[in-house]
Amino acid sequence: MTLDVTDLRKTYPTGDEALNGVDLSVGGSETTAMIGPSGAGKSTFIRCVNRLTEPTGGTVEIDGTDLTALDDDGLREARRDIGMIFQEYNLVERLTVMENVLTGRLGYVSAWRAFRRSFPPEDIERAYEILETVGLDDMENKRVDELSGGQRQRVGIARAVVQQPKILLVDEPTSSLDPETSNTVMRLLTEIAAEREVPVLINIHEVDLAVEHADRIVGLHDGEVVFEGSADELGDDTLDRVYRGGDPPESRAPNASEGPADDDAADESVVRNGVVSADGRASERPTSGGS
Amino acid sequence: MAAEQRTWRRPTAFGRREFKWAAYVGLVAFFLWSALGVGVDPARIAQGIGRGLTLLGDFFPPEATPRQAQRIVDKMVESVAMAMISTVTGILISVPVAFMAAENLSPKPLYYLNRGFISLSRALNAIIVAILVVKAVGLGPLAGIITITFKTVGFFAKLLAEDLEDIDMGSVDAVRAAGASPVQTLLYGVVPQIIPRFAGLSVYRWDINIRTSTVVGIVGAGGIGSVLLTAFNRYSYQYVSAILVAIIAVVLVAEGVSAVVRRRYQ
Repeated sequence: MTLDVTDLRKTYPTGDEALNGVDLSVGGSETTAMIGPSGAGKSTFIRCVNRLTEPTGGTVEIDGTDLTALDDDGLREARRDIGMIFQEYNLVERLTVMENVLTGRLGYVSAWRAFRRSFPPEDIERAYEILETVGLDDMENKRVDELSGGQRQRVGIARAVVQQPKILLVDEPTSSLDPETSNTVMRLLTEIAAEREVPVLINIHEVDLAVEHADRIVGLHDGEVVFEGSADELGDDTLDRVYRGGDPPESRAPNASEGPADDDAADESVVRNGVVSADGRASERPTSGGS
Repeated sequence: MAAEQRTWRRPTAFGRREFKWAAYVGLVAFFLWSALGVGVDPARIAQGIGRGLTLLGDFFPPEATPRQAQRIVDKMVESVAMAMISTVTGILISVPVAFMAAENLSPKPLYYLNRGFISLSRALNAIIVAILVVKAVGLGPLAGIITITFKTVGFFAKLLAEDLEDIDMGSVDAVRAAGASPVQTLLYGVVPQIIPRFAGLSVYRWDINIRTSTVVGIVGAGGIGSVLLTAFNRYSYQYVSAILVAIIAVVLVAEGVSAVVRRRYQ
């Protein structure tokens, strides 16, 4: 299954241009990480794919079907194939773990059956299996507000996976988690992607996690793609471009008065600002604005 | 060190100190104008207290003949029944009104229409509504039920709509993102978030309705209020105080039940 996004644009009613024509293709069972500073448009991009936020221009095609052209019923049907995982988990706190997971099957049952919590036995079975996969066995009757952050994100993952999606959209899955849990969650996501052979598109601002877990990296700055390539190709210059909108090195004109010292200063500031250290890992995480 | 000593004063909420004093002076002037306008006469207050004390003596002890006691019980039962019926009908009407009056869930025209209805219901006191309804449907508990139902919608729908506006829309997004229909989104994303408040508000409104149902009878809309009015008109003050004791007892019980239930649920 492939996701083809062409010239995606979003201008908010306030006049903010969040996306200025983004092109992106995701397919196979690869994990694509979208990096970029807060406000770069990462979240807007993901939300425009399944039209939680309505794009103002461009097309989003999944296996050739243009989602932007669908009516309400068509969109609901298309959304069943798109699993989404959120930064703040977005679970319904007062419902049980099982109810939250089964929310992923709502697209397949009637409102009346949903109201009576009467899901088909195979959905229940599948939900149990996925809860085991994410390490939440025997937690099905806990209320979500009793869980820790890491556990909540696992419920969020289970809810998306139980949809049996053809693609997973993941919006800042680790921003609310500690580093250890972040790693586990990222590993879980890539494992699921490989096992189920679905592509995963992850928004993430922690460059080290992106480098470690993703097959491909896309850098977004100010609503535009400024980098696309493998993790190895991601150097300090590229990071500078992604996070500070700096010009590519070959076109950077040194300031005449300061001469070559300018370049050194710029490189140093990259390290000092904590976005990236010498080994290409973030030494300190840039703050998230939940963009 | 700065050569000059710096000073600091807490900024006033009014923006400027002149405005603050103007506001205080205005308040005092408004109060004095009101008091003079309605002719508050200190001599009359003193006189009234004396007369009030004499009257208070007439109220004791509360006393009712067996026939009067029976009448108190009958009408009190009617009041409680009126309150129960109007709580249920009022809440049934309130739910759709509340959803349509929640800014985040409802299109603008519907939102304004329902907010308008809520404001109307809240603007009119129960007694005023009761007078109008009695004119329309005649004396008796039906008028009271309609009145209290109308008042319930104003209260319940407003507070429920505010809770609906405060829900976490992230959870709602997640339910929508799974391909849920609008009805399913309400059932899974919205309703679970407001259920505890809904239960608490229902019991709270039931307790308010019991209080209201004891007064609307004064204008002929059924319940214990009518008995109270007749007793007053006949100057049978001991009977009046018996009725008051009954009202206070019932209202206290209702408030107690309401408080206990709300503490459990919220």
